[in-house]
Amino acid sequence: MSDEPNYSIETKDLSLFYGDFQALNKVSVNINHGKITGLIGPSGCGKTTLLRCFNRVNERFGNVTTTGEIKILSKNIYDDDVSLIQLRKSVGMVFQRPNPLPISVYENVVFGLRIHSRRKDLKKTQLDEAVEKALREVYLWDDLKDQLHVKGTTLQLEQQQKLCIARLLPLKPEVILMDEPCSALDTEATRAVEELMHGLTGKYTIVIVTHNMAQARRVSDECIFMLLGELVEHTRTEDMFLNPSHQKTADYIEGRYG
Amino acid sequence: MFQETPYIRHKLRVEKSAKTVFLLMTVLIIIPLIMIVTYMVYKASPVLSMDFLLTKPTNGMRQGGIWPALLGTLYLVLMSLCIAAPVGVMAAIYLNEYAKDNWLTRTVNLAVINLAGVPSIVHALFGLGAFVIFAGIGRSILAAALTLAVMTLPVIITSTKESLSAVPMSFREACWNVGATKWQTIRGIVLPNSVSGMLTGFILEVSRAAGETAPIMFTGAVFYKAIAEGDVFAYGLLDQCMALSMHLFTISTQVPNVPEALPYGTAVVLLSTVLAVNAISIGLRVYIRSRKKW
Ligand SMILES: Nc1ncnc2c1ncn2[C@@H]1O[C@H](COP(=O)(O)OP(=O)(O)OP(=O)(O)O)[C@@H](O)[C@H]1O
Ligand SMILES: [Mg+2]
Repeated sequence: MSDEPNYSIETKDLSLFYGDFQALNKVSVNINHGKITGLIGPSGCGKTTLLRCFNRVNERFGNVTTTGEIKILSKNIYDDDVSLIQLRKSVGMVFQRPNPLPISVYENVVFGLRIHSRRKDLKKTQLDEAVEKALREVYLWDDLKDQLHVKGTTLQLEQQQKLCIARLLPLKPEVILMDEPCSALDTEATRAVEELMHGLTGKYTIVIVTHNMAQARRVSDECIFMLLGELVEHTRTEDMFLNPSHQKTADYIEGRYG
Repeated sequence: MFQETPYIRHKLRVEKSAKTVFLLMTVLIIIPLIMIVTYMVYKASPVLSMDFLLTKPTNGMRQGGIWPALLGTLYLVLMSLCIAAPVGVMAAIYLNEYAKDNWLTRTVNLAVINLAGVPSIVHALFGLGAFVIFAGIGRSILAAALTLAVMTLPVIITSTKESLSAVPMSFREACWNVGATKWQTIRGIVLPNSVSGMLTGFILEVSRAAGETAPIMFTGAVFYKAIAEGDVFAYGLLDQCMALSMHLFTISTQVPNVPEALPYGTAVVLLSTVLAVNAISIGLRVYIRSRKKW
């Protein structure tokens, strides 16, 4: 058992078409549990598309066809008995622009819990605990413990983005998907968010899309390089940056195209 | 360095005259408006009093007050709002939040826009045929309110849809991505943040419903009806009623020798009723806006 690889996400021959435009071409990848996996590649290569496959939000845009297999925790998420609501509960998403809800910090954090439980099943103490726990995990508790009633949308950007991450945690997600989570933040804030991601390793599987090579290097344990909808290389981050096995990877990392 | 050239001076002169012309036009519309209102109030002043509001017309409508008409208008407006608001808001929610972008949705949207432009006399005939005759309600407050509701539905739907789409998409995405259903998203986030826009729709509906004569003339309003003075429950749903717009029309054109102050008084009351409702809604909107930040 212990020798068995422990994968959160496995895809096999995953292809995706927007109309007749093929955005993903036979992507097969296994993503390790509890690790941070970086997803890099030039603009338009399908990073966001791949990420959005993992919680099936691509389907919202009509005219999308997917073939192949995606398994989360060994369960094929295209099976008929998969509930999208349950799937999105365990596969959370963080966006490029922080998008806290226009409600209080407290309500932002417990939003998921409220959505997934009957009103009478939620005790005040239980909610309070969840808020403290989630905010501590994203290092916001000390800053915000006296401001739980202020609107999430009035916080600083850095705090907003952290709050967006905290919002996912009470639901105990297996996977957290992050699509360029720091591109709206300044250097200092970026550092802070990276630090918080390190704090989350082990407990959650994180997949992060980034255009910032230095960031990919700093935060990720493994890296996936994509080009034109195809997966080119997937290795440990240090190997990819020190010793890429494909010429294209090397070219991209060294900034020869972007 | 940095000196004015003749060309720059020319540009500045043009700039100044442009601004003056626009200001002039603005003043030009506001002044007549103020004059009209002042003139109306001045003409109406001999009759304006509490008695005028709370008593019924006497002496073949040449004396007395406007109570039955005032109350009738309130009934019609409030009832049409009670019918049109829920239906319109729910339809707008469906169209904006649920409907996929296909030909059916596009057709419905187009129909809504076009319905808003249908003349009220056409709605009047529709109301007469559909509610009074076909549904068998008869000429009554209910039939007239239904007709007004149908007439104002497009307005409510359009403005509600606008206020719903003003709520940023990223809020909805945030909700859907933690597994919220559409309805949970709408109830929890979208509706609370679009109330102010909906109020705009209600203002427009009230203003339009209160002012229309044709749709109610065919379906439930009468020239004269005696009701208990000062009793707000004097009308029943299936009664016919008087209404301010219709009363104004009657005493201005159908009854000879009406003292001038009476129609002006009626007009002032009609105008103030609409303005009062608008003021309340605008106040509410300002209050809601002041609490919303994103
Ligand atoms: N909803 C859509 N409909 C049609 N084509 C789309 C849609 N979304 C993305 N695409 C196309 O699919 C390709 C991959 O897009 P995607 O957003 O996944 O790229 P990306 O790697 O995330 O790029 P970036 O780094 O700029 O964010 C692009 O060529 C894009 O134009
Ligand atoms: Mg992208």
